[in-house]
Amino acid sequence: MRNLIIEPTAKTPKVILNSDINVFEISGRSIPEDSVGFYRRILDWVDEYAKSPNPKTNFKFQLEYFNTSSSKCLLDLFRKLEKLSKSGHDVVITWCYDADDEDMEETGEDYKALLEVPFELVSV
Amino acid sequence: MTYSYYKNMQLNNIIFVYQGEVTADLVSSILHMMENKLDGDGEDKKIKKKVFNVMVECLQNVYHHLDTLEVNVSDSEINDRTALLMIGKEEKDYYVITGNHILNNRIAALKSRLERVNNCDKNELKTLYQAILNDGEMSEKGTAGLGMIDIARKSGQKLGYDFHPVSEKYSFFSLEAKVARV
Repeated sequence: MRNLIIEPTAKTPKVILNSDINVFEISGRSIPEDSVGFYRRILDWVDEYAKSPNPKTNFKFQLEYFNTSSSKCLLDLFRKLEKLSKSGHDVVITWCYDADDEDMEETGEDYKALLEVPFELVSV
Repeated sequence: MTYSYYKNMQLNNIIFVYQGEVTADLVSSILHMMENKLDGDGEDKKIKKKVFNVMVECLQNVYHHLDTLEVNVSDSEINDRTALLMIGKEEKDYYVITGNHILNNRIAALKSRLERVNNCDKNELKTLYQAILNDGEMSEKGTAGLGMIDIARKSGQKLGYDFHPVSEKYSFFSLEAKVARV
């Protein structure tokens, strides 16, 4: 399938969704006014990927900032990964946060509490 | 005249004030400028992140609100989608103040949301955030109703707010969020 690579902007994150090399990463800032519009492409890509996923999927998130409208989109994305995991696939979500960013750590905990998929919090 | 504006802003510890239409580009510019300012002042990284987050939510909250506000040209008191945006730095806190027109019939719902947020302690805010994140329907604009809760969480202080009557139809809503500098 086609890879999805999106270069970062001042308000949107860098996105690397490359199933060939098994890299799935969203990093940087996610503070667009229209989060739904931005995340649609990503959610569609994951839907397509879920049809024939790799043996192991480690989806890495390393966000510096994100707004509340992105937070809902991220949950939608996590739900898709949760579904993939529940259907018997090996899926891990890795939530990386800056060691002294307690808000980002706490948000990771919020998601972890809501999800039934391996969700690792990693201080970097 | 100019000097009195200057002194007034200085007295009130205002870094930035804007009155006018709020576009996505304007929000980007303000964030960029304020980020440089915080970096230039050598502000602590943790505080900087909190202030930035609160600014994002406050400014985008106004942006989304104005985008949905139906402006009737016959309403002379509110003939455009203008708002007030203010950012200041006091001895103990940074503050972000926004002000915009709101239909009177929407005040009650907004007030009860603000009261609910202000009556929550830290843990209750966390629980409320998770509940709305999980169940809350997303509006078309992608605002999930989480903004106020997020502002309160990051701020760690009560939100200040006021509804100033403007006419039979409109009031001027102002919101103040603070972030402690220590």
